[in-house]
Amino acid sequence: MVKLTIDGASIEVKKGTTVYQAAKQMGINIPVLCYMNLHHLGIENKPAGCRICVVEIEGRRNLAPSCSTECMEGMVVKTHTVRVINARKTVMELLLSDHPKDCLICSKSGQCDLQEIAQTLGIREIHAVENAAVSTYRKDVSPALNRDMDKCIMCRRCETICNKVQTVGALNAINRGFTAVVAPAFEQDLIDSPCTFCGQCVAVCPTGALTEFDDTRNIMKAIADPTKTVIVQTAPAVRAALGEEFGMEAGTLVTGKLAAALRRIGFDKVFDTDFAADLTIMEEGTELLDRLTKYLGGDKSVKLPILTSCCPAWVNFFETYYPTMLDIPSTARSPQQMFGSVAKTYYADQLGIKREDMVVVSIMPCLAKKYECQRDEFKVNGNPDVDFSISTRELAALIKTYNIDFVSLPDEDFDAPLGESTGAAVIFGATGGVIEAAVRTAYEVFTGKSLPKIDFTELRGLEGIRQATIDFNGTPINIGIAHQLGNARKLLDGIKNGMYNFHAIEIMACPGGCVGGGGQPYHHNDIEIIRKRANAIYEEDRSKPIRVSHENKEVLQLYKEFLGEPYGDLAHELLHTHYVAREMV
Amino acid sequence: MKINNAFLQWAIDGADPKTGQKEWEDRMVALRRENVQKPVVFIGTGTCGLGAGAAFTLEKIRQYLEKNAIDADIVEVGCIGLCVEEPLVDVQLPGRCRLMGKTITQDKVDEFLKAVFAGETPKGLTLAQFKTDGLEPWDGVKFQDEHPFFGPQTRWVLRNCGVINPASLEEYLARDGYRGLKKVLSTMSGEAVCKEIEQSGLRGRGGGGFPTGMKWKFAFAQKDPQKYLVCNADEGDPGAFMDRAVIEGDPHRLLEGMAIAAYAIGADKGYIYIRAEYPLAIERLKHAIAEAEANNLLGEKILGTDFSLKMIIKMGAGAFVCGEETALIHSMEGERGEPTVKPPFPAESGYLGKPTNVNNVETYANVPVIFLKGPEWFSSIGTEKSKGTKVFALAGKINNVGLIEVPMGITLREIIYEIGGGIKGGKKFKAMQTGGPSGGCLVEKHLDTPIDYENLSAAGSMMGSGGMIVLDEDDCMVSVAKYYLEFTVEESCGKCVPCRVGNKRLHETLEKICEGKGTEEDLPYLKNLSNVIKDTSLCGLGQTSPNPVLSTMEYFWDEYVAHVTTRTCPSGKCKALMTYTIDPAKCTGCTLCARNCPVDAIAGEKREPHVIDQTKCIRCGACYDKCKFSAINVQ
Repeated sequence: MVKLTIDGASIEVKKGTTVYQAAKQMGINIPVLCYMNLHHLGIENKPAGCRICVVEIEGRRNLAPSCSTECMEGMVVKTHTVRVINARKTVMELLLSDHPKDCLICSKSGQCDLQEIAQTLGIREIHAVENAAVSTYRKDVSPALNRDMDKCIMCRRCETICNKVQTVGALNAINRGFTAVVAPAFEQDLIDSPCTFCGQCVAVCPTGALTEFDDTRNIMKAIADPTKTVIVQTAPAVRAALGEEFGMEAGTLVTGKLAAALRRIGFDKVFDTDFAADLTIMEEGTELLDRLTKYLGGDKSVKLPILTSCCPAWVNFFETYYPTMLDIPSTARSPQQMFGSVAKTYYADQLGIKREDMVVVSIMPCLAKKYECQRDEFKVNGNPDVDFSISTRELAALIKTYNIDFVSLPDEDFDAPLGESTGAAVIFGATGGVIEAAVRTAYEVFTGKSLPKIDFTELRGLEGIRQATIDFNGTPINIGIAHQLGNARKLLDGIKNGMYNFHAIEIMACPGGCVGGGGQPYHHNDIEIIRKRANAIYEEDRSKPIRVSHENKEVLQLYKEFLGEPYGDLAHELLHTHYVAREMV
Repeated sequence: MKINNAFLQWAIDGADPKTGQKEWEDRMVALRRENVQKPVVFIGTGTCGLGAGAAFTLEKIRQYLEKNAIDADIVEVGCIGLCVEEPLVDVQLPGRCRLMGKTITQDKVDEFLKAVFAGETPKGLTLAQFKTDGLEPWDGVKFQDEHPFFGPQTRWVLRNCGVINPASLEEYLARDGYRGLKKVLSTMSGEAVCKEIEQSGLRGRGGGGFPTGMKWKFAFAQKDPQKYLVCNADEGDPGAFMDRAVIEGDPHRLLEGMAIAAYAIGADKGYIYIRAEYPLAIERLKHAIAEAEANNLLGEKILGTDFSLKMIIKMGAGAFVCGEETALIHSMEGERGEPTVKPPFPAESGYLGKPTNVNNVETYANVPVIFLKGPEWFSSIGTEKSKGTKVFALAGKINNVGLIEVPMGITLREIIYEIGGGIKGGKKFKAMQTGGPSGGCLVEKHLDTPIDYENLSAAGSMMGSGGMIVLDEDDCMVSVAKYYLEFTVEESCGKCVPCRVGNKRLHETLEKICEGKGTEEDLPYLKNLSNVIKDTSLCGLGQTSPNPVLSTMEYFWDEYVAHVTTRTCPSGKCKALMTYTIDPAKCTGCTLCARNCPVDAIAGEKREPHVIDQTKCIRCGACYDKCKFSAINVQ
């Protein structure tokens, strides 16, 4: 323990505590801008670059950044002297002097850390010479996210997420001095970089430098077009987070209001991606059982472990970094794409309309889904199975634009026939959920017995890498789970080195799985928010009358009427895909 | 490359004639050039010499010797420091003192050598001569120690530069080379070495002036079995070339110093981080490392002890900020060259997270002599807190531009008016900028202040790595500050806000003032911004970059005020603030100015006084230069 004085009061803190943390314990909120603490990962972003959190420490010549200055015995700290406040304000003015002044129309307005701290510091004027230079950069618009580096303040949070947490390595600081900025190597576009579009950089960006590609206008247009039948699907994680955009507590389930809102926006049919999640289990579960049965029967040509393939950022990741392991992941398409494929065949047939006249919209907690729905594999004659994918945040904006008082909406149900879902489907939204859903079905199919207990709590939690062995009636099945791509890399490298012996693995790119997705209300990687959302997901699971995918009546009907056997020929054509190695510059 | 081991051992043990063989003693005399058997022509082919045309001179010398069938050795040496007189060619004839020739450009080779080989002093082409007992001096040529440039210097670090062949380990050995290392390895513990360095009072020569012994002790105390030693040879100040000269002229001195340091702290790998713009220095280093390794002075089990040291050269891309030790280490690791917060200090967690000691070239180059002559001897020179010597690169408006090594405590006056030979063109001294872009200026009242770390800081400047730029009455101090800011804006890594944006704003404001668009409000703005940048920047670059502004504001406030109030530049440097007019009384109407004006701003009839249209004038000064009647006035 070390004892120090902050603003005249003394405090005793653990060795290694920073001045910022110590002050916080005393109720002193020193403003921080570049600093980001990912407690759950033990990773901190503290380049000490913004210099907003500086404090005066007796005996030191210069002001010290409190975020990265360790408390020392006998230290005397002052957090609001004239010198400190003047320095903070001057530094903030410098930052603002090189920042666009378009707050009124910036998509981050109201949720921008820079704006907030400028207000906190009471900046009312920016002293700088007339026509002071402003650093500007080429705008980078990708299918999933936009980079407007004019708004970058070099906090390096995105860099930390991209490199240390996700180990993707798409973003790094380039250039020097005034033109220093975070960008892909050689300032290439994101689409040409190893970016997986996981969107976690967007989730932590303090300003409007990194935002999602906005698709809402296209959706408004499609809805207004009388020749189009516009149907919508909504992913499980959305219902556990959307409420936050309307002032509700994190973890408030808004499934009914969500369906009601979508209907009021004007979608012709309001469906549920959960339906497709159950479908995914039928396919992926069958594929798992197929591989497993062959493997246990002695066929060594079978590739195990099987890896889940629902997460599009994860797909991009292994296509880029593990091009020699492309035969390991399940070939099952993601629920979003299964839904689109079924909608534009089976459902379009039911309605008697051409696929070109149907517009499929998805509401996703994810930005990589925007990229996924544009992949050529998921188009028929250039017409995509899913036309537009928007994030939870974009949906919230759309609801507001359409004058809908979300909070007072009644609860409504999804439409049939692509709206029914089981508890197994909804847990897709949390890390471990997909594999738990698969295990629920695989167990019953493999053993021919019904589950003694339906909740596999051993597969849940927020540990980065988890492993569990499930007893399939005497056959132990080893399961691995990872969320966040850095953990996925560790797991895959472990498999390569023979460290692990898994039969099946679930991987999700984002913290906590889809609930922590890059398209969710800004969670800034706060694991507590993510935990609450995950709890909501499991709560919805418990409330469902049916909790195993292979009992979803609409899904069974789909197979009976249209698809035939799970993992059969038509299913292969419509519900499975292939992977391609992505080249890196 | 491999030297007779018995000879080497004898040499590093002190070359005692009682224990040596006759043949070794003869070899020693030859290596020290106490006498030569046949003529030797020395030519300074450091980067500076080559820049002045030494390669052409060398070719001419070869041709001359061949044509006249003279059997002579040609030895390429480093730089002796007097840049203004390059190319420098010395000749030593058997039985005679070594004669130093100056400005021997290729067209002067024949004249110079003809006289020398005829035994006559070449007129107007000599600089000085070496004083060697028993050798016949040249008539009418000063001895080196009487020469105003060399006389007041105390050359320890530069002792061999420009004198010996840097590609010869033997020549270094003959001048006490590796004796310090031998002594350390055979008689001292690492801790004792750190202690002696502490006793010597040696402080970091890279800028900060941190006590070297304390730094080594810190690294020594770390328990990690893997430690690294790093030499910062990323010399980046504009106008600084001390480190380059040492490496090009005497590379083994650096290697020996590093080997002693590595032994002291317990490192087995030594990295020299050197900018790729120094190809000759890199070549000399590579050769010296190879030669030292071939003779067991580096590499495995040095001199038969358990101490091993692998020396590795790491090339940098020449970023100024990589002179900051944490940035340098990140660059070595393959990361972006940008600083991180200290602590942790490199001594705790440096290269690859291991304890690392970083010193600059000059610091290490000071080490061998401390063990050769003892810490007391070293600390006998200098001021109370600054011991030994300091190498400076003297440049600007001074007659003897060059590299000098002087004892700490010398005054500015001695440097400028004795060694430097006074201000160019007899102009008035205005200021001396020390410490490069991180430093500040010293003015007339500092002329008799002893130069050491403390006094320079107190004056608002700093020792820096040793750049000294002399400014005269014609220099505008606002423009000087602007020039340095231009450099820091370019060289900031961009990591922290005050340095990235603040320096840019400082520069813009200075530019505005120099363009005559400044206002009185700009001055307090500059001052506050400068202070905040100093106070809040992450590393030494930003913490010192406003120094040129603050220091010129302190000593030349009136100049700033003139720029923003009367919109005049007292030194007449800021073009935008100048007005060219024609004195009708002096103008003869010769039309020369009108014909030379690039923008047709001058009108007038022949033989009638001309007039300059101020709205058109671009203040290029062409009229002023051309006028034969001094009729053009500049204000």
